[in-house]
Amino acid sequence: MANIKELAARQEQLTGGHRLCAGCGASIAVRQVLMATEYPVVVACATGCLEVSTTIYPYTAWRPSFIHSAFENSAATISGVEAAYQALRRKGQLDQEYRFVAFGGDGGTYDIGLQALSGAAERGHKMVYVCYDNGAYMNTGIQRSSATPFGAWTSTTPVGSERAGKMQTRKDLTSIMAAHNIPYVAQAAVSNWNDLIKKAEKAFEADGPAFLNVLAPCPRGWRYPSSETIQMAKLAVQTGFWPLFEVENGTWRVTSKVKERRPIRDFLEPQGRFKHMFNDEQALAAAQQWADSQWDRLHAMVE
Amino acid sequence: MSSETKTQDRPAETGAEPKPGEKAWEKLPEGATIPEPGTADKYRTGGWRTDRPVWDAEKCSQCMICFMFCPDSSIEVVEGKMTGIDLEHCKGCGICACECPRDAIEMVPEDEIEE
Amino acid sequence: MAKTVAITGNVACAHAMRQIDPDVVAAYPITPQTTIVEEFSNFVAKGQVETEYVTVESEHSAMSACIGASAAGSRVMTTTSSQGLALMWEMLYIAAGLRLPIVMHNVNRTLSAPINIHCDHSDSMGARDAGWIQLFSEDAQEAYDNTIQAIRIAEHPDVHLPVMVLLDGFIISHAIARLDLLEDDQVKEFVGAYQPGYHLLDPQHQATMGAFDGLHGNYFEFKRAQVEAIRNSKQVTIDVGKEFGAMSGRSYGLFELYEMDDAEVAVIVMGSTAGTTRAVVKELRADGVKAGMIKLRAFRPFPAPELAAAVRDMKAVAVLDRAESVGADAGPAYLEVRNALYDSERRPAIINYIYGLGGRDVGLELIRDVYSDLADLAGGKSVEAVSYLGLRE
Repeated sequence: MANIKELAARQEQLTGGHRLCAGCGASIAVRQVLMATEYPVVVACATGCLEVSTTIYPYTAWRPSFIHSAFENSAATISGVEAAYQALRRKGQLDQEYRFVAFGGDGGTYDIGLQALSGAAERGHKMVYVCYDNGAYMNTGIQRSSATPFGAWTSTTPVGSERAGKMQTRKDLTSIMAAHNIPYVAQAAVSNWNDLIKKAEKAFEADGPAFLNVLAPCPRGWRYPSSETIQMAKLAVQTGFWPLFEVENGTWRVTSKVKERRPIRDFLEPQGRFKHMFNDEQALAAAQQWADSQWDRLHAMVE
Repeated sequence: MSSETKTQDRPAETGAEPKPGEKAWEKLPEGATIPEPGTADKYRTGGWRTDRPVWDAEKCSQCMICFMFCPDSSIEVVEGKMTGIDLEHCKGCGICACECPRDAIEMVPEDEIEE
Repeated sequence: MAKTVAITGNVACAHAMRQIDPDVVAAYPITPQTTIVEEFSNFVAKGQVETEYVTVESEHSAMSACIGASAAGSRVMTTTSSQGLALMWEMLYIAAGLRLPIVMHNVNRTLSAPINIHCDHSDSMGARDAGWIQLFSEDAQEAYDNTIQAIRIAEHPDVHLPVMVLLDGFIISHAIARLDLLEDDQVKEFVGAYQPGYHLLDPQHQATMGAFDGLHGNYFEFKRAQVEAIRNSKQVTIDVGKEFGAMSGRSYGLFELYEMDDAEVAVIVMGSTAGTTRAVVKELRADGVKAGMIKLRAFRPFPAPELAAAVRDMKAVAVLDRAESVGADAGPAYLEVRNALYDSERRPAIINYIYGLGGRDVGLELIRDVYSDLADLAGGKSVEAVSYLGLRE
């Protein structure tokens, strides 16, 4: 993999002047993913923060070719682009080699886009799907998704006398994608850029579909100062909220070098969305228990 | 700091003003395609800032961590080296200052900046 | 030149696809369209097409993949029916709004509930405002011919819009008919090579497609441009229909006039029921009745002034709708025709029949009843404006 100076010397693929919030994790994820290939790429993007903020007509922040069609179908859309590429190459009408990547938020991936993603993965298109997971429907104003963590306040899991935050734990989408037996699946975080870019390189060069689940903290939805996006992602990794791992041709490997896992409360405490949990020891214990069992399950897959 | 008061440039090839006798809708590209890449570069978001990152070149070790974590592609790079901050696009999130291992970037309120 | 064969409408459509040999087909099976994808799969398996065939997991993904593939600058086709078209609904508007010349068969089948697999036009009528050009077919020959012409209409630089070729489920799709297939080379030459505009796989130009119109607000203007394109498609459809006629001996326009020169009463109809109607007109003509028929081919764009001119001197006209617009005053085609006549100084009396829902059989007897009502209406008697044909009362 190229070193950081070499990466910095490459053409920036996402310009400034987009309208994402200050401190947004999504554009950091996009930049790091796109640094991982020197081939021209075609990008597809699901409806969401990233799409609406980066393509406000007539301004586009994308230097690569880009398509958005709808919310639940970026995997299907890019599969069509890739199919056209295969056809045109086979017919000798296109010389240029390309890579294909689709971006979607957790709403567009875990929830409404899961079917299209599963279908495209099963069909074996040579494409990379990147979920930028910020744990809620942030674009429409912070509604819960199946990626929202247990206990989190969102505008559809508000804190009241009968219920306080999300009642359910989050869906393990990365494992679901691993169960598709595609060549490459990985979980990464914007804080661990070296790890993320290495994974994106493997994803782009995989002989078939690849899936990256990237934790992309959201200052607005998580309720922390915009300067701390990278810190939040680091805490997620260090507490085991978001373990870093990859599944390469069926072999599971943990890539986060966490010597001593910190308690989950270290991740929850700096975020306003979990504030109410600090009056509720039971909820905190449940969050810790979830993190422990997730950690154990992952390490059992590795052995 | 006056980015917010400047007129935003419109990309040359898109949404051009119609000539006399032409209707506005006849001039638009089919299907709202933006035929040119990276036109957002012409849109200034610097006016969003309340705090400005001020870079101390003396302290900087050129580790490029700020470049890696900037959400707004606003670390100016020449031949792989940091040369400054693009204040036309920087929204002042403060990630660069927070992550800089040498404290070479400091966030200063815009109203305390002396031009 | 042409080869006469006995095949079903669906197989005929699959042959048109084989001869067009599109770059990409993304499709999902659904009754009664299924034999199109099965037959096309055989062509793929035998190497008779170079198409990249994407066996998607839903119709929503079928249209999404078609949109991606068309935006990438390739020639794209798909095929569906009924619930499948309904599931595509969101993407139909996007395909048209992005100005992508995708060609799709819709094998007309009714919409649930109750679930029913038989023919009516509810599915495509529900998509009539999606921005697609819609061409109806009377029989397997027309379904085949329309498919080939649709490529030219969709891709014409004045148009750049998707086209839906409609054929009646089972009645056309599954009945074996005698028809003429063109030579493969004739079709290849007729459709020509696709010349895309801005697209995603142009190494020299990187385009952003599907941008967000949120802040600058050009949506209204983009829609206006789209309306202009579908208006342009009228002339293109006529021109392509003539050119096709010169090649095949079968010319096409926006609608077909049958025995209309001196007709005093006429039925306006779409799809396979035109065949039944034609048979009744023949009978009536033999009896000296001045009856005619207008078979509507293009429902979108709707040929309003052209139809108004065609019926202006008639005494009475009946519009047959194989779809119910639940909650409206009448069927969709009737409302369009009646609207077309409003500004005419001379116009016929006009009535509407809703018929054939859920595949209810429409035989000669029922069509004779329609002409009988028309005779009454022409003679000054009162006839109910909207009625059901073949409903068990």
